[in-house]
Amino acid sequence: MSAAAAALSLIPPRAPPSDTEGVIPWLKRNLFSDWKNTLGTLIVLALLVRYLPPLLQWAVFNAVARPDNAACRAIGHEGACWGVVAEKYRLILFGRYPYEEQWRPLLASMLMVLLIVASCYRAFWKRWLIGAWVVVLTAFFVLMHGGVLGLTPVETARWGGFPLTIMLSTIGLACAFPLSVLVALGRRSRLPGIRTLCVLYVELIRGVPLISVLFMASFMFPLFMPAGWTIDVLVRVQVGIILFSAAYLAEVVRGGLQALPRGQIEAAASLGLSYWQTVRKVVLPQSLRLVVPAIMNTFIGTFKDTSLVTIVSLYDLTGALQLALGDSDWRKFFLEGQLFVAAIYFIFCFAMSRYSQWIERHLNIGTRRK
Amino acid sequence: MSASPSRAPAPSTEPIIEFVKVNKWYGQFHVLRDIDLSVAKGERIVICGPSGSGKSTLIRCINRLEEHQQGTLKVAGVELTDDLKAIEAIRKEVGMVFQQFNLFPHLTVLQNLTLAPMWVGKVPKKEADERAMQQLKRVKIAEQASKYPLQLSGGQQQRVAIARALCLTPKIMLFDEPTSALDPEMIKEVLDVMIELANMGITMICVTHEMGFARSVADRVIFMDEGQIIEQNTPTEFFSHPKSERTKNFLSKILAH
Repeated sequence: MSAAAAALSLIPPRAPPSDTEGVIPWLKRNLFSDWKNTLGTLIVLALLVRYLPPLLQWAVFNAVARPDNAACRAIGHEGACWGVVAEKYRLILFGRYPYEEQWRPLLASMLMVLLIVASCYRAFWKRWLIGAWVVVLTAFFVLMHGGVLGLTPVETARWGGFPLTIMLSTIGLACAFPLSVLVALGRRSRLPGIRTLCVLYVELIRGVPLISVLFMASFMFPLFMPAGWTIDVLVRVQVGIILFSAAYLAEVVRGGLQALPRGQIEAAASLGLSYWQTVRKVVLPQSLRLVVPAIMNTFIGTFKDTSLVTIVSLYDLTGALQLALGDSDWRKFFLEGQLFVAAIYFIFCFAMSRYSQWIERHLNIGTRRK
Repeated sequence: MSASPSRAPAPSTEPIIEFVKVNKWYGQFHVLRDIDLSVAKGERIVICGPSGSGKSTLIRCINRLEEHQQGTLKVAGVELTDDLKAIEAIRKEVGMVFQQFNLFPHLTVLQNLTLAPMWVGKVPKKEADERAMQQLKRVKIAEQASKYPLQLSGGQQQRVAIARALCLTPKIMLFDEPTSALDPEMIKEVLDVMIELANMGITMICVTHEMGFARSVADRVIFMDEGQIIEQNTPTEFFSHPKSERTKNFLSKILAH
C-alpha cells in the first residue's frame, strides 16, 4: 500500500440502519408517511368498514347454497342464490353434452389442464413433451367425439362449456404461436414476396373484429366450398381463432425481434450459422424473453375472446351459462351464474399472469449483471 | 507495450485474401473505392484511419457481413458471390472479433464457444466442450466457463469473444476495433492475447488505433481515408517516414497523446 493510501484511513463497511425492517416501520413508510397518505389510508379503511360486511352478508351468511328455488326466491336481495350454480353446474360446465356421458368431457378437460400445467415447468421442456401433447390431444378428441373404443359418438354441435373453451384457446394458442413467429420473421424477410404476404395477412386480420372472422368461418366459408364438401364448424371456428390471434402475436414477436441488437445476428453469421440456426439458437431465445409480458397479454386476451363463439351457436362457458339461464325458474339469478363463470375465467387468467411473471424472472438469469 | 521477444516466421507469399478493384456504396455514399489488396497467408495487418474511412467495411467484406458491388474478392481460394454455400464455407475459415464483443447473453461462456462447433462443425458435445476449454485456457479465463457474459468485465468478455472465434480453428482472424469499447485498464489483457495469436502464425487483419500493437506485431500497416488505401508500409517505415500529408496529419493526431 502506498503511503498516501495508508495515511487516508479506509472506512470499514457498516450494517444498514436497523429501524427499516419489521411491521411498524413498514406501516409508517407505506400507509402513514404524511398527511395525504394517512388520509388515503383512512378513506380506504372507512370504505371497507362500510361495504365489506354487507357484501359478506350477501355472498356468504345470507346466501342459499342449496339448489332450492323457493328458498332462493324467499331470500330475495338479502342473500346470494348460489343454488343456481348447484342446480346448473353440469350444464354450465359441459353445455349440451349428453348428461350421462359427461365424465368424458370432464376427463378430457382434466387431462388437458394437467398437460398445460406440466408444460409450464422448464424442467419438462424436453422432446417427450411434444409426444405427450400428441397423446393428450388425441385422447381429448377420442373422449369428446367417441365412436371408437365403445364410446358413443357425440357430434361436435353438442360439445360445449369448459372443454370447448379450453380446447379453442389451447389449440388456438398452440398453433397461433409458431405461426406468429413465422409471420414475424417473414415481415423482416429480405424477399419482397414473403414480406408483402406477411404484411397483408397481419393488416387484413387485424383490421376486422374477431366476430367478423368467426362469422365468415361459420357462414360464408361453406359457400365457397365445392358442393358435397363440408368442414365441421368447430374446425372452421378454431382456424379462425388461430389466424386471428396469430396476427396479433406476430406483431408482439416482431417487437421482440426488433429489440435484438444487430451485432447478435452478425456474430452468429460470422460463426457460420445458417439463417434457421441463427433464428433458433440466437434470435428467438433472446427476443421472445423480451416480450413475455406482451405474449401473455395476448394469450389472456385470446382465452377470453373464445367466448365470442357463442355468436355462431357454439356454447362455450359463457354460452352454456346462457343455456342454463334459459330456465325461467332460475333466470332471475343470472348475477350469481355470471359470477361463477367469471371466477373460472379469473382463476385461469390470474394463473397465466402469475406464470408470466415467474417465467420472466426465470428466463432472465444471466441477462442481468449479478 | 514492449515488442514481443520472438517474432513468428516470415509470412509466405501465397495470398489468402485478394481484393481486386473492389467498390462498395451505401446508397449514394461511395464507402470503398477501388480497393486492391493482397494478404499473404500468415500475414499480420493493422488497418488504421479516421472514422468513416471505410476500414470496418473493408474487413466486414471479407466474411461477407457486407457485400461489395464491384470488383472481385477471393478468400481462401473462394470468390465471394451471392452463393450461400460459398459464404458459409468462408465463414468457417474466418473468425471475427467485434468492438462490442457481441457475445450471446443468454448462453454461458462455454455455450457461447460450443454453439458454432456443434451446429456448424457438427462436433459432438463432449469434444466441443474440450476444445472450448482449451481455448478458454489460452485466453486465461477457463475458470469463468459457467458464467454468463454479462457477469464478466469488458476485457474478459472480449477474451471470450476471441476464444469463441478460435473454436472453429479459422485460418484468418478479423478484429474490428477490439479494444475501443474497453476501459483503459482492460486493454492490455486483450492486446496480450492478440499478440500471442499473432506469434502463432495465424493470418490477422486488425482495425485498431493501438499503434504500440501495430509496431510490435504488424507486418504491414495500412492507412485508409475516404474509402481508399492511402498508404501501406512496414510499421517502422510507416511511423518514421509517412509519405502522404494525410497520413502525417492522422499520425500527428493519434500519437500526440
